[in-house]
Amino acid sequence: MSRHTLSVLVENVPGVLARVSGLFSRRSFNIESLAVGPTEHPEISRMTIVVSVEDQPLEQVTKQLNKLINVIKIVELESDASVQRELLLVKVRADSSVRSQVLETVQLFRAKVVDVSPEALTIEATGDVDKLDALLRMLEPYGVREMVQSGMVAIGRGPRSITATAVR
Amino acid sequence: MTSANTRQNPVPAPPPGHTPKPAPPSGAPVRATGAQALVRSLESAGCEVVFGIPGGTILPSYDPLLDSTKVRHVLVRHEQGAGHAATGYAQVTGKPGVCMATSGPGATNLVTALADAQMDSVPVVAITGQTARGMIGTDAFQEADICGITLPVTKHNFLVTDPAEIPRIIAEAFYIASSGRPGPVLVDIPKDVQQAMTSFSWPPETRLPGYRPTSKPHGKQVREAAKLITSAQRPVLYAGGGVLKAEASEELRQLAESTGIPVVTTLMARGAFPDSHSLHLGMPGMHGAVAAVAAMQRSDLLIALGTRFDDRVTGQLSSFAPDAKVVHADIDPAEISKNRVADVPIVGDCKDVIADLVEAVESAAEESGKADLAPWWKQLSSWRETFPLGYDWPEDGTLSPEYVTERLGKLAGPEATYVAGVGQHQMWAAQFIGYERPRSWINSGGLGTMGYAVPAAMGAKAGEPDRQVWAIDGDGCFQMTNQELATCAVEGIPIKVAIINNGNLGMVRQWQNLFYAERYSQSDLGTHKHRIPDFAMLAESLGCVGLRCESGEDVDSVIRQAMEIDDRPVVIDFVVGKDAQVWPMVAAGTGNDEIMAARGIRPLFDDEEK
Repeated sequence: MSRHTLSVLVENVPGVLARVSGLFSRRSFNIESLAVGPTEHPEISRMTIVVSVEDQPLEQVTKQLNKLINVIKIVELESDASVQRELLLVKVRADSSVRSQVLETVQLFRAKVVDVSPEALTIEATGDVDKLDALLRMLEPYGVREMVQSGMVAIGRGPRSITATAVR
Repeated sequence: MTSANTRQNPVPAPPPGHTPKPAPPSGAPVRATGAQALVRSLESAGCEVVFGIPGGTILPSYDPLLDSTKVRHVLVRHEQGAGHAATGYAQVTGKPGVCMATSGPGATNLVTALADAQMDSVPVVAITGQTARGMIGTDAFQEADICGITLPVTKHNFLVTDPAEIPRIIAEAFYIASSGRPGPVLVDIPKDVQQAMTSFSWPPETRLPGYRPTSKPHGKQVREAAKLITSAQRPVLYAGGGVLKAEASEELRQLAESTGIPVVTTLMARGAFPDSHSLHLGMPGMHGAVAAVAAMQRSDLLIALGTRFDDRVTGQLSSFAPDAKVVHADIDPAEISKNRVADVPIVGDCKDVIADLVEAVESAAEESGKADLAPWWKQLSSWRETFPLGYDWPEDGTLSPEYVTERLGKLAGPEATYVAGVGQHQMWAAQFIGYERPRSWINSGGLGTMGYAVPAAMGAKAGEPDRQVWAIDGDGCFQMTNQELATCAVEGIPIKVAIINNGNLGMVRQWQNLFYAERYSQSDLGTHKHRIPDFAMLAESLGCVGLRCESGEDVDSVIRQAMEIDDRPVVIDFVVGKDAQVWPMVAAGTGNDEIMAARGIRPLFDDEEK
């Protein structure tokens, strides 16, 4: 099993997320994360889907996705040829006795404090999965009270655009 | 044989002879309600027949339908019947079949038929009414999220939210249903969208940026395939339903005849290659001919055309055709290498693919010669001669279902259309009737929908009124959808039904006999024991002629009698023995090498032990 990141350009129409997620569940494909958002073209949305599959089933995943009428284009983004980011918001127990240590960790990871209270700090961090995992490992000893994480978004490196050819 | 009473039935009136009103010039927008736009769109898309039932939320559209001179509406008795009728219509005509239902239960009753059409890649357009826009999501009366429900069982579906979009969406629905790999498309239209004023113009501009089916095959792949074809020692042409959908039977014949390669036709492809042709080995699969199954198992090259390596064909996948390379041509790229990895994948329409293959094989043969297939044919002929399809008469003196099926095929002939339900009778109909012509065999292959035959036969007859259409049905299947015989009688659609009545869910009984120690749990329908229902009387009460046949010597005469009746549907209750079984058989989950020609006879095992 290996992880693959698919950028899927879809028509920005109601129900398209249900079509994609329904396809994954009925074909027994595992989604690790899924993020949807607008693109520079109002009529096109972009999904970033991380799947964990063998190579052969990955071909099935993309072929089946391609059959959905609302799916315009699918590109697999290799991790070394793309920038991949997730967003983490985490609320860490940090009273005055440990606050400075927590802040030091925040700086080391180039994260940001977005909310402060006497007992806790809320930290915002972006990065790839490994970086966020590492940050969480450093914060865990202080006590993670709550966390929320976005799905991964990714974009290819270099000047080329995958949306440019999708709009005709 | 008893001819039940012959009381007068209402003779259906011919469709009223309207003179069509002159249509405004094409393209010019006219004011119309959403409902009028829908009916005009259906007319413009080439729809001739709609099978359906009106109800609350689709009522606005039934009003302009009354005035349409181009679209005939057939009022069915159950929406499932409408769906299967649309499928039957599409299967014989090649054009999308259309069905219509109201929201909620009307729409959900279509689901089985849509799933059936999806599995067998049949172009169907379903129109459903929906709760008014403002009520959607409030659990309103007869509200069902039919787009959500049918999402996994349609090729695509639409919820129309703006009446101005109706022409575009109908045009897209017909295009999506009938192009590429065909399939069902559902269009859900809220009641207030049907009632709102809009403008109608045709043809609308369609916008499908994500839908570009490939039809022209890649030349390099075709040449690659041709090389394999000319060098293979034991090749087999494995033809599926895609050959029929692409109207590629003639191309297939050319390819087979020019190469001398044997052909097998799957359950969905019966009729794509004439059964009488010397290169035809028959149907492969779970109940396929020994020669067809054995040929694939021992093959060194499968040339798969418009087919999908279904589990009913391959048996246990890991032991299927172990020595074969695979050339796989299909219009749906997702089918290629889904179940069996293809050595040469070809994406394209079968008609183009096979035509190109014929040429490429010719030039490959000129370049490097052709393999000698004589030793292969020697082996094939020996299988064919040693293990022909056959059957024994039941020992208890009851009527043989295989004999009935065989005689029906002989008497009704290759010009008739045969429509089967699902089960033993379906397999016998696939085995013992000779199909010579494309689109002469219609059945529910992928989904295996019991109750398919009667409504699908109705649709087939509506699509080709001049052809004799025989539904071959089991007594179990028949009891699921026979209400559509009332539709046939009232609407003047005189189909013929041969019920292969063994009093049981026959295929279930066969499995219980073979795999569940003869413990017949819930498979006896009591149709024999109690004669409930009496099919001949039931037929009469539904406005058909009801006949019964219980002995071999009456079979021909009752079929002939049925063939002479053309003013109303006919039902023959063939009371047959309950213990007949479908052979050959590859037991579910086992490999095709374990095919049994009859109980205990395993040709391929014996073969190896020698």
